[in-house]
Amino acid sequence: MTDCVGIVIVSHSPLVAEGAADMVRQMVGDEVRLAWCGGDPDGGLGTSVGAILEAIDRAWTEKGVAILVDLGGAETNSEMAIEMLPEDRQGRVVVCNAPIVEGAVMAATEASGGATLDQVRRTAEELSPH
Amino acid sequence: MTADLRTLVDTVARRVVDHADELTRLDQAIGDGDHGVNMRRGLEAVLADLDAIAAKPAGDALKQVGTTLVMKVGGASGPLYGTLFSEFGKTLGPEIDATTVAAALAAAIEKVKARGKSETGQKTMLDVLVPVQAVVAAGDLARIRAVAAESAAATVPMKAIRGRASFLGERSIGHMDPGARSSQLIVEAVCDVLEGRA
Repeated sequence: MTDCVGIVIVSHSPLVAEGAADMVRQMVGDEVRLAWCGGDPDGGLGTSVGAILEAIDRAWTEKGVAILVDLGGAETNSEMAIEMLPEDRQGRVVVCNAPIVEGAVMAATEASGGATLDQVRRTAEELSPH
Repeated sequence: MTADLRTLVDTVARRVVDHADELTRLDQAIGDGDHGVNMRRGLEAVLADLDAIAAKPAGDALKQVGTTLVMKVGGASGPLYGTLFSEFGKTLGPEIDATTVAAALAAAIEKVKARGKSETGQKTMLDVLVPVQAVVAAGDLARIRAVAAESAAATVPMKAIRGRASFLGERSIGHMDPGARSSQLIVEAVCDVLEGRA
């Protein structure tokens, strides 16, 4: 089996992240590696760079990982996490500019067909107004 | 230098922790209300690590402060302040004077701009850091303190362009930016230490 691009969902709320991941599982199945995280390092609303790094690791495939985020802090913390990855992985993780739930479903659907990271990102980002 | 560095980090961290409620109030007006809580979590982690941090050369100590903030803060201010301290530490060489501090701060501010995709005039921490940087090389602490206070106050009439406050549009006008205020607190704490007041 060709590996698929992995998907990471990062929300300020663990419930939102888990719920979005649940939707992806129901609609796309288990072919795509999927990880989620939500909440600050104390478990309150927010995001945690450490948790994002772990989620990237869980979703990792050689084809890369696409991250879907909800609000600004999730985006900034995800970008920080990407910079902290080993150099050979940095270029293979992207944050998609897309709504978190629809973006995750679209990205995972595209990924499940064996698409490249760039194709996955572009499909998710078609949902964003420009 | 080791004792000075310890005092510096300790004073900066405590100053922000002591004003956490004020930062949260400012953030409740125009943000998501977590700036004080987040900064307190990050800087309390720095205080818990103070012995290890103070044992390092200044540049490495600042890098560790930055890394701790990145990992512990939990909001956008984590990567932003984390980047500020880390890059400052990376650029600061062994010769520490007003000129090298100004140069290191300039380099760190550029990284913060890139991290936050932001510029001055958008009602953020940059609206304090950039004007402060411009007067650091002159080494006049009273002037630095005054510029920090004036610049934080100057964010009140600004309309937010970046961050959660930007969602409010016109309604963000009339409140001081919490990130500008936390930057002012940090600058003041540094000035206090350098003047022997802390």
